[in-house]
Amino acid sequence: MQGLLACGTYVPRFRLPRAEIRAALGSGPGSGCRAVAASDQDSTCLAVEAARRALAGRDPVATGVLLATSSPVYAERTNATAIHAALDLGQDGSALDLGASPRSGIGAFLAAARSPHPTVAVLADLRDGLAGSADEAFGGDAGAALLFGRGDPIAELLGEASVTHEFMDRWRAPGEPFATVWEERFGAGVYAELVERAVVAALADAGVERADRVVVTSPQRRAAAAAGKRLGAAASWIDEEVGYTGAADLGLRLADELAAAKAGETVLLVSAADGADAVVLGVRRPAPPPAETAATPRREISYPTYLTWRGRLDREQPRRPDPDKPASPPASRNARWKFGFVGTECEACGTVHLPPQRVCLSCHAVDRMRKRPMREARGTISTFTVDHLAPSPDPPTVDVVVDFDEGGRFSCRLTEADADAVRIGDRVEMTFRRLFEFDGVSDYFWKARPLLEGEG
Amino acid sequence: MTAKGIRDRVAIVGMGCTRFAEHWDKSVDDLLVDAVTACVDSVEDLALEDVEAFWVGTKDSGQSGMMLSHPLKLDYRPVTRVENFCATGSETLRNACYAVASGAYDVAMAVGVEKLKDSGLSGLTIGAPPNDGTAPEMTPPAMFSLLAPAYAERYGVDPAQLKEVLSRIAHKNHLNGELNPLAQFRKAPSLETIAGAPAIAGMLGVYDCSGVADGAAAAIVVAAEDAHRYTERPMYVKALALASGPAEGAMRADYDYTTFPEVVRSAEEAYRQAGIADPRAEISLAEVHDCFTPTELVLMEDLGFSERGTAWRDVLDGVFDLDGELPVNPDGGLKSFGHPVGASGLRMQYELWLQFRGEAGERQLERPTVGLTHNLGGQPGGCVSFVSVMGAERDPS
Repeated sequence: MQGLLACGTYVPRFRLPRAEIRAALGSGPGSGCRAVAASDQDSTCLAVEAARRALAGRDPVATGVLLATSSPVYAERTNATAIHAALDLGQDGSALDLGASPRSGIGAFLAAARSPHPTVAVLADLRDGLAGSADEAFGGDAGAALLFGRGDPIAELLGEASVTHEFMDRWRAPGEPFATVWEERFGAGVYAELVERAVVAALADAGVERADRVVVTSPQRRAAAAAGKRLGAAASWIDEEVGYTGAADLGLRLADELAAAKAGETVLLVSAADGADAVVLGVRRPAPPPAETAATPRREISYPTYLTWRGRLDREQPRRPDPDKPASPPASRNARWKFGFVGTECEACGTVHLPPQRVCLSCHAVDRMRKRPMREARGTISTFTVDHLAPSPDPPTVDVVVDFDEGGRFSCRLTEADADAVRIGDRVEMTFRRLFEFDGVSDYFWKARPLLEGEG
Repeated sequence: MTAKGIRDRVAIVGMGCTRFAEHWDKSVDDLLVDAVTACVDSVEDLALEDVEAFWVGTKDSGQSGMMLSHPLKLDYRPVTRVENFCATGSETLRNACYAVASGAYDVAMAVGVEKLKDSGLSGLTIGAPPNDGTAPEMTPPAMFSLLAPAYAERYGVDPAQLKEVLSRIAHKNHLNGELNPLAQFRKAPSLETIAGAPAIAGMLGVYDCSGVADGAAAAIVVAAEDAHRYTERPMYVKALALASGPAEGAMRADYDYTTFPEVVRSAEEAYRQAGIADPRAEISLAEVHDCFTPTELVLMEDLGFSERGTAWRDVLDGVFDLDGELPVNPDGGLKSFGHPVGASGLRMQYELWLQFRGEAGERQLERPTVGLTHNLGGQPGGCVSFVSVMGAERDPS
């Protein structure tokens, strides 16, 4: 069995305060907030950001990708493929989807842990529900990635157990926007028994009487609260600041717990979804702190903004042409550029070219280029504009010209920008986004994103 | 690399131009018939049958030579369709001039047309071939608005001051358009209205953008030595220069968005061909590509009319006004005359043609002798730039 080598989590910057929903609808919970993906992020984009963090600083060649999400972008084609491409993993190794249910989160975790090859379980979800529903208010959007392989592990699997029971607690037909839920008390009772059986069996499998730390995840709020209380799970900032993030939830909570754990401790991970899965982990070394914590600055949005970003409020757009969906052959030829943000660098003179070129801009050498990955590069805005004419779910659009620290210039969209605050000289990083969705096709590419103060 | 040029070897002896407007009741074919007929009618003793070859330009309103030969029934004569972004109209003229200069034809016609208003869209669009979906999709005002903050930053101009300069450029071109019966916009908004319009992109409001219009224009080109057979006042071609950029500005950090290198190169080449040493002093009037107000500002420096960093002062001082030292866009420019893409380059020539002939009506300048047109397609960082120099007289040789 492989060990858990790295965790990467990604929580979008945006928060919808539950009080905003209450103010708009006149009822509902009034405290805390939920995390909201940016208007240009879907589950694939959240997954890429989390996976980049898990794989940071590693040679990721031949790493398999397992995607778990209850909000897949596509059916019929594998969503993990775009993540595989965005991580620039080459063509070796597999990329598979699990889903599309919350239980796929623990499913990807276990499958990656059992794989004989280095495998990253990428868990990502955008959760939504009917206006005023608990799913809407207490759901959240996030990504988490757990890399398993041989090496110096953060934690190892000591034991596991799963139980399965067929019952209707929540369901959603493909294509439907929101889940329907059965009366909550019924499911809570069923889950209580299932969780008990799985936990007892997993602890026995691990030869552990009780775990030092407990992580519980469930789409059933009542079941999660009951199990957490019974097993002694600590309260988490995720409940108040992020919400339940579907398939990503267990990754987010586990990464948090592992960052707090000491070597030698045990962690009990419980998933209650259409059955129950319990895993006992032995901590071998402390994990680095997650990228986002309770202290990370966030930006609050209004309920109408949230509804617009989710496509639930159809706002009038400027009179501009519909976008052309990307053509398959050029997107395939240019996959390392489009998905991996890999440019070229002239071997003769070092000039960096974005997008890739065959003839050097500076010395005109022909076909003397090497690949130059740029997705982790940081840069500075050399000029910019705020475009009120471009169609966008989050107008106005900000376009920037970015000069990268290690060479290369590229003009692109600036996402997550405060249009009034952008200045020449601002620092940016690159992020994987959906430029648009049209005619059933999501067009993915990279955008710049402002670095927050202290991020350099 | 320099071209020999064809100074004084060909001349324009007839021109026609439709009004640029929202021609809801006219098709592309109608506009072409109107412009070509007006052009032929402007020349005594010349019929359409006498024209031996045609170049027709449009960005998006048609395809192939048949877009002209079909509506005008140009029975089996050679027609070539050309396209070079917003410099398309100039490209038709360039090709027709070279055809005559080569001796292959005695009489050639350049025609440009665009029908923008049938699309129902705001502003210009760029239809791209099938692609990977990664090309930056900026609207044209956004592309050109990049010039404004960069210019302000480089030359230490306060942004509020720069906004005043841009509004002044729009106002000048609107005032000129008031005097032009063919212009799209014939009533100039006040400076306050221009400056106070809602933002479109960056510092630009709606009055900082060229007019979106339908229109067509045409010119007849003959050998210079034959010119007086057709008219007493031919317009002589002194220089034709085109520079197509490697788009390095979009990829190199040393480009600062305060200039168009393509314009600098094409202007240098045109001045060399025409033998112009001091453009500000020697040129009587200029029609330039004022697609957006910051473009005109930067062009004044790229074309050598103002020293670097000083065009904004020259604008405020009225240097480029109709009664200024060097009138720029006396016909109203793209701003007020309108910008039917494929026709604009020839519309610029049409103003020189009228001015040289003393037929410019209320905006007639006093005895202009040398005119410049500048036509640009693309965006800051990568574009095609065309510069022509035209003369009322053929140099003695």
